[in-house]
Amino acid sequence: MTVLHVIFLVTAVVTLGAAVMVVTARNLIHSALWLILSLFGVAVIYGLLSAAFFAVVQVVIYIGAIAILMIFAIMLTRRVKQDVGSIVNKGWWLAGLLALVLFTALVWLFSTWSGFRTPLPELATDVDTIKVLGAALVSPSHYVLPFEVASVLLLAALIGAVVVAWERKS
Amino acid sequence: MSDPVNFIAEWLKSLMANIGLPTGVVVVIITLIGIVVMATFLLVMDIGLVWFERKMVARFQDRLGPNRVGPFGLIQPIADIIKLLIKEDIMPQGADKFIFNIAPIFALATVLLLWAVIPFAPTILGSDINVAVLYIVAIGAVGTLGIIMAGWASNNKYALLGAFRTVAQMVAYEVPIVIALLVPVILARSMGMQAIVEAQSPWYIFVIPLAAFILFVASIAEIGRTPFDINEAESEIVAGYHIEYTGMKFGLFYAGELLHALTVSAIIATLFLGGWRGPFVDQVPILGVFYLFLKSFLIYYVIMWVRYSFPRIRIDQMLGFSWKFLTPLALILLIVVAILSKVLEGVSPPIFALAMLAANLIIIGVTVTVLRVYARVERKRVGEERPLAVVPDPELQQLIQQE
Repeated sequence: MTVLHVIFLVTAVVTLGAAVMVVTARNLIHSALWLILSLFGVAVIYGLLSAAFFAVVQVVIYIGAIAILMIFAIMLTRRVKQDVGSIVNKGWWLAGLLALVLFTALVWLFSTWSGFRTPLPELATDVDTIKVLGAALVSPSHYVLPFEVASVLLLAALIGAVVVAWERKS
Repeated sequence: MSDPVNFIAEWLKSLMANIGLPTGVVVVIITLIGIVVMATFLLVMDIGLVWFERKMVARFQDRLGPNRVGPFGLIQPIADIIKLLIKEDIMPQGADKFIFNIAPIFALATVLLLWAVIPFAPTILGSDINVAVLYIVAIGAVGTLGIIMAGWASNNKYALLGAFRTVAQMVAYEVPIVIALLVPVILARSMGMQAIVEAQSPWYIFVIPLAAFILFVASIAEIGRTPFDINEAESEIVAGYHIEYTGMKFGLFYAGELLHALTVSAIIATLFLGGWRGPFVDQVPILGVFYLFLKSFLIYYVIMWVRYSFPRIRIDQMLGFSWKFLTPLALILLIVVAILSKVLEGVSPPIFALAMLAANLIIIGVTVTVLRVYARVERKRVGEERPLAVVPDPELQQLIQQE
């Protein structure tokens, strides 16, 4: 068991624990903060996989943008603390069973895949992964089409937001 | 002897290897020691910053500043800290205790995290990750969280308003910061801080001064200093997000704010003023630390100069300034620099730098001209006579005459 294993186990436990807390916490703000911890754990796992770019992007987008937007929206709503009553409804066991079956099925599916048991290959240290990723994103033989489609979609969303918020002068 | 930090680290490593610790554990221990040493160094310097800030603001306001305790008042910050430590720790009623307590730690820790990627010298550097510039953006976003948590957990309307303002400010100024950070990345062809420092000949402030300016202004907004300190505007919301904090908890916010200003200065110094570059650094690497802090304090001084010279602006002016001025300007600069650096690929470095500088100066000239025209129009609009009472509608006028 190396240091990396220990870090991975700790991170995994924290991430999953925080994820459970997101759905069980009574206070909405607490839920949002647990969600941030959970997302941060995912970023750490990206870091452990030597995917530094994804780790940082995870923090920028999920914590810096989405989670803060959520907290902002929650803070604008009143009576955050007065939520009482049971947090589970009658069908909770069905949902739990479904989740368990799905999880087992996924694990079984992955275990049949040949890459499941092969250890992580060592990455070459002299290759700048960012440069490789950047080149792959705009090269026609790789991901230029999804990349451009995504950017057009985002631009459309941006323009749509402006149109929705536009104050018509009449 | 020219590089004491790495010398001590190597010595400790061999010492631990000799007593039979596995390599992985040694690396973890050395890293932890490095983190503790760096954080302690910065926090001790933070004490000095309090003195520096107070002495400088006094000079700007034609006063003497602290000068009673110790020579030049140098012991004053220690006295302040003792005062903060022995103050009563008050928890406001209805506060969210846990969040209330971790918020100040969060605010200071995120500032310290930024120093992990700032190269102190050619050989002294926390972590040379290849996404350092993006890391700075990420940690900046997390830092805001501390302020939001403080504002919400305090159970105080003023604190909450301060937190709201912070979010609006952060969302608005993150955009020009990210775009301005991209410009040196394009020139250096790397997102690693060390690579950007090594690529700077001449310093980037002489190549892309406009990017440095945008980053500087947006950074002042990001750290919430006057003229952009609406999140703690005393005349409107008393003290903003830290209104309910007392004693050392307030002290942590205060220390975090001061250190954040120095951190931002260090980032600008690294990206645009050549970081640790200076004479004799190649022979004596430890000199780089001195140069970096010299440059950082120079920028810190300018930040203070701005802070104590300008009045606070309104929130609508502030958001408008970011969205309508800094963001478009940064986008134009980014496009021009990206195209130019592709077109001029392969020319000799001095010509490249001169062409970049010329392009920057042209953009600055056009911007200033546009601003002047806009100011003229705006002056005319504001200066127009506006009668106090007019009847807006001709029909209404008839009605009044009939009466």
